[in-house]
Amino acid sequence: MGIYEISLATVVGINVILALGLNLITGFCGQISLGHAAFYGIGAYTTALAAQSGVPGLVSLAAAMFAAAAIGVVVGLASLRVRHDFLAITTMGVGFLFLGIVRQEDRWLGGELGISAIPAFGLSKPGYLLFVLLLALLTAMLSGYINRSWMGFAFEAVADDEDTARVVGVDVAAYKLAAFSLGTALAGLAGGLYAYFTRFIVPDDFGFITSISILSMVAVGGIGSTTGVILGAGLLTLMPEFFRFISDYKLLVYGVLLFAVMRFAPEGLAGVGRSWLARWRLGRRAP
Amino acid sequence: MLFLELFAQGLIYGCMYATIAVGLTLVYSLLRILHVAHAGLFALGGYLGLLLTNATGSLILALPLAAAAVGVVGMAIYRFCYEPILHRPPYVALIASIGLFIALEEIFRLIFGPYGLTYAQAPLQETFAMGGMTIRRVEIVIVVGSVLILGILSWLSRHTRLGVAWRATVDDPQMAASFGISVLKVRYLNFFIGSALAAVAGVFISLLSNLVEPTMGGVPSYKALAIIVLGGLGNVTGTLCASLLLGVTEAFGTIYIGNFMDRDAIAFAFMIVVLMVRPQGLFGGR
Repeated sequence: MGIYEISLATVVGINVILALGLNLITGFCGQISLGHAAFYGIGAYTTALAAQSGVPGLVSLAAAMFAAAAIGVVVGLASLRVRHDFLAITTMGVGFLFLGIVRQEDRWLGGELGISAIPAFGLSKPGYLLFVLLLALLTAMLSGYINRSWMGFAFEAVADDEDTARVVGVDVAAYKLAAFSLGTALAGLAGGLYAYFTRFIVPDDFGFITSISILSMVAVGGIGSTTGVILGAGLLTLMPEFFRFISDYKLLVYGVLLFAVMRFAPEGLAGVGRSWLARWRLGRRAP
Repeated sequence: MLFLELFAQGLIYGCMYATIAVGLTLVYSLLRILHVAHAGLFALGGYLGLLLTNATGSLILALPLAAAAVGVVGMAIYRFCYEPILHRPPYVALIASIGLFIALEEIFRLIFGPYGLTYAQAPLQETFAMGGMTIRRVEIVIVVGSVLILGILSWLSRHTRLGVAWRATVDDPQMAASFGISVLKVRYLNFFIGSALAAVAGVFISLLSNLVEPTMGGVPSYKALAIIVLGGLGNVTGTLCASLLLGVTEAFGTIYIGNFMDRDAIAFAFMIVVLMVRPQGLFGGR
């Protein structure tokens, strides 16, 4: 693998963690978030500041997860107050609030110019790739485990109909907060990994567009499906590279694809996969 | 004097926001869709208005033409984009709409170039003094125009058969249908009027800055969402008040707390604070 492929694979790994985090909140627990990039950003900025003041790599990644999750719980508390479309717009607001504050804060966070010269993590590029992929694998396993556990079952109940869930004794508030803290901690981790990867961050890396592209990864992959979301994150990260030959039309293709998937296959890649599998089984059973 | 100037500034932006957000809230109240692509139609309106004004030399002619054309595009968007996914969960339409918006922005960029267009001879730029402030004619036109258009709409919704049908459908689509109202026609009308209003706002803003550019829909796309949420999602009166309130809050905010938040952050901080106190929006019913 050349240096280009290694970088690309690292970004895929980071995005898989990011998208699986959002899938926990939106896919499993049904709480739509349009501001996931803010937590990604909180993680990245925390890591950048920690690394610059000489904190070791693993500790600053842990700090990133903790910082993102702390704010995530606050937004989770908001989700107890506002619901559905109101929540979607509130989380979008959180994203803009984060961006607006970071942009104006130029003493510690560097304002529009961001933070540069972030110290290295201390691994070679292939080594860092393996580290990121290992974390992505762990995240995927965690996601699969949660989905099968009692917690996943409760998440599903909350996503389906939270009033009914409450009536049958599910502690809706606790599970929503759990989903938000886990999902945003993963976003923080992804942000920390990103800061160590590029070693240079600017506010616009964590804007509304980023939130939308994370949500797109989840939606295109198939909301609520771990395998689907991993595929979606991989596909949407690599797609701009596939379309390099039409670089000027890249975003147009992206927009049209997003629309087309929702219009023609709203259950995403996972849904398409399931229906193919079902048809194949049916075909085999038929004489 | 600064106070008055900021207030006037807020009022002008508030009127603009209102004209955009009313269309959005109309769509939401009828279909429960967060129609992000609405801001794409706003930009389309700006482009058409400018191109038609430059071609014909008359804004009076260009404005209604642009509005009507964008209204028809809005109907087409409903028919081909939203109608087939209405029965899906709400995030499906939301993401589809975001995709559509990105595609629209890109189409403008590819056709008209990334740097935007300006009027050959920008109309309504004469200034005059009033109450110690320098005011441009276009600013008066925006305020008076928005108030007039929204006033006429509200009158029509109360005093015509179509308006009554529209209000009945918003209230209870099934009941309205059982009384023989064509829900489909009401939806088309809804998209036509909402999109035409967005186009008018687009033309207004292009006059204000003498510029249309592919990304001009970016700010309204999310700010209009904040406004309709503030107004109580689907509540037209609430949306109007929220627009003016947000315009004024932003104008004052950028002066007094602009040091540690930018304009967008102020708008959303305001929205979040309001929602935490009143989760159903400022004017939403329980």
